[in-house]
Amino acid sequence: MHYESPIREPLVLNDKTYSQITEDIAAPIEGRANKHWWTLFIISLATFLWGMGCIAYTVGEGIGVWGLNKTVNWAWDITNFVWWVGIGHAGTLISAVLLLFRQKWRMSINRSAEAMTIFAVVQAGLFPIIHMGRPWLAYYVLPLPNQFGSLWVNFNSPLLWDVFAISTYLSVSLVFWYMGLIPDFAMIRDRAKTGKATQKIYQILSFGWSGKAKHWQRFELISLVLAGLATPLVLSVHTIVSMDFATSVIPGWHTTIFPPYFVAGAIFSGFAMVQTLLLVMRKVIPGLQSYITIQHIELMNIVIMVTGSIVGVAYITELFIAYYSGVEYEQYAFLNRATGPYAWAYWCMMSCNVFSPQFMWFKKLRTSIAFTFIISIIVNIGMWFERFVIIVTSLHRDYLPSSWSMFSPSFVDVSIFIGTIGFFFVLFLLYSRTFPVIAQAELKSIVKSSGSQYKKDRKDEH
Amino acid sequence: MSTKIVYGLYDDDDVLMDGVKAIRSKGHHIDEVYTPFPMHGLDHAMGLKESRLAICSFIYGVIGAAFAIWMMWYIMIYNWPQNIGGKPNFTLIDNLPAFIPITFEITVLFAGHLMVITYLIRCKLYPGAKTSSPDPRTTDDKFLMEIHVNGDTSEIKDLMRETGAIEVTEKEENH
Repeated sequence: MHYESPIREPLVLNDKTYSQITEDIAAPIEGRANKHWWTLFIISLATFLWGMGCIAYTVGEGIGVWGLNKTVNWAWDITNFVWWVGIGHAGTLISAVLLLFRQKWRMSINRSAEAMTIFAVVQAGLFPIIHMGRPWLAYYVLPLPNQFGSLWVNFNSPLLWDVFAISTYLSVSLVFWYMGLIPDFAMIRDRAKTGKATQKIYQILSFGWSGKAKHWQRFELISLVLAGLATPLVLSVHTIVSMDFATSVIPGWHTTIFPPYFVAGAIFSGFAMVQTLLLVMRKVIPGLQSYITIQHIELMNIVIMVTGSIVGVAYITELFIAYYSGVEYEQYAFLNRATGPYAWAYWCMMSCNVFSPQFMWFKKLRTSIAFTFIISIIVNIGMWFERFVIIVTSLHRDYLPSSWSMFSPSFVDVSIFIGTIGFFFVLFLLYSRTFPVIAQAELKSIVKSSGSQYKKDRKDEH
Repeated sequence: MSTKIVYGLYDDDDVLMDGVKAIRSKGHHIDEVYTPFPMHGLDHAMGLKESRLAICSFIYGVIGAAFAIWMMWYIMIYNWPQNIGGKPNFTLIDNLPAFIPITFEITVLFAGHLMVITYLIRCKLYPGAKTSSPDPRTTDDKFLMEIHVNGDTSEIKDLMRETGAIEVTEKEENH
């Protein structure tokens, strides 16, 4: 029942027993925050508040305070939107796709990756709403009857598909995440002293979970079904995001390769962000190092390498098809990208996204924590530039040379973007102190097959 | 004679699993087992029926797909047809390709959320509900077997001890 090939490295190190896992996962919640946590939290909170101030300024003055102009009418806002949605994809991929493929290594990282998904999609959702200029009319995107002030929404528009895709994605991910959290909240509840506030809060959060056999049976079934639903969902979300561009007739956007190319890019950038977060968390909470091991980091680096290469192939295919199409506007759009005034952004994207992940072919590099951290940051930057290149370089030189222009962000553009990074980290840091950051119930179920002690014992028997 | 509840506490999942099989093979009915994590095969060993939540989810998904197509037909074709960019909007079948993404999203929305709501209702889980587990250690590393007995409890208690229970207790059933 608990057999696993001895060639496989253990996923849980340092001979953990069930109750040691409980202790390790409960420790950050029951203990006090250390200095690192407070420093990071205060910096994030300050940037978040500054960003909120700039959002308020935008809403008060109108989006004229951004760097947009008549030619480049989509820039940082939509770049940030696509970047954040893309980051979100890795969480669902880890929790849903790896569940369907029965990959046990997902268990110590899926909780945090899903938290990242939810927090990233929250940031993404902010941008279209601010870009409306009148966010109090955001309900116009809902299918409400004409009597509410606007006309019925247009279901032929990919922007409306986006509304449905993002809101379904956010709510289904949230539910998937929460269903997994219930048994772990119950564990925290049962450890707390009776009558304490902790016990009362976790009693509410744990929904009265008691771990009955029938409940576990249903729990496993709904996890499987939700994973089955979330897998096509996550692919559909970035497909639809790419259709915001692909269904238009702008040279540089009007390409059929966009859906798979965007999905690969999303997984690529999302895994990089998971690496960034987990490496920091592993440093700040050393107790997690037995669960988030070098093997986990290495496996994620392999995913980064593969998806980075897919993205590279997509870039080159795009260039070739532009040449091969024979359409001069399409050809110019790509020539301009690579050699025009935004060439620096294009080559930054190429080197960060295509070149840098190739280092992961070397085992020494992909098992190095410092190197992984650097590459994860580079990939995050590169993927932001990818969206910037697609959006701004396709717009800034349109059909009429007299209207050609450049885009330069105002301080408000920059501040709102930095502010969402602050907001994201505020949420993640609060999460890391109050939620069980590893799906401990699920993890306990693999200790006997993949725990270091048990693997050693079985080896000795033979 | 009153009904008594006998609890047997185990400290290992494999020992518990063997215990469940042994006690069931003697013809006793196991009323409940509380475990800290999902144990594969425990539901079969206890003789629990398969869950039908997946079928529910499928039905909810079909309802979602039907609702999405009806909604878009009503809004775009029936109630307020408009010529937007020359895209065909006179019949559902002409307009259907543009409706696929949202039909898919609403199918997933219905299938996922309604299944979870059904699950929470069936398991009687809601914010603030009290746990029904008799021993808080069952969310940490202990496994608890519960058997309701009419009459003499000594046979069950002996069986539990024989199969490796570390603690065996009994209490009167509250009515």
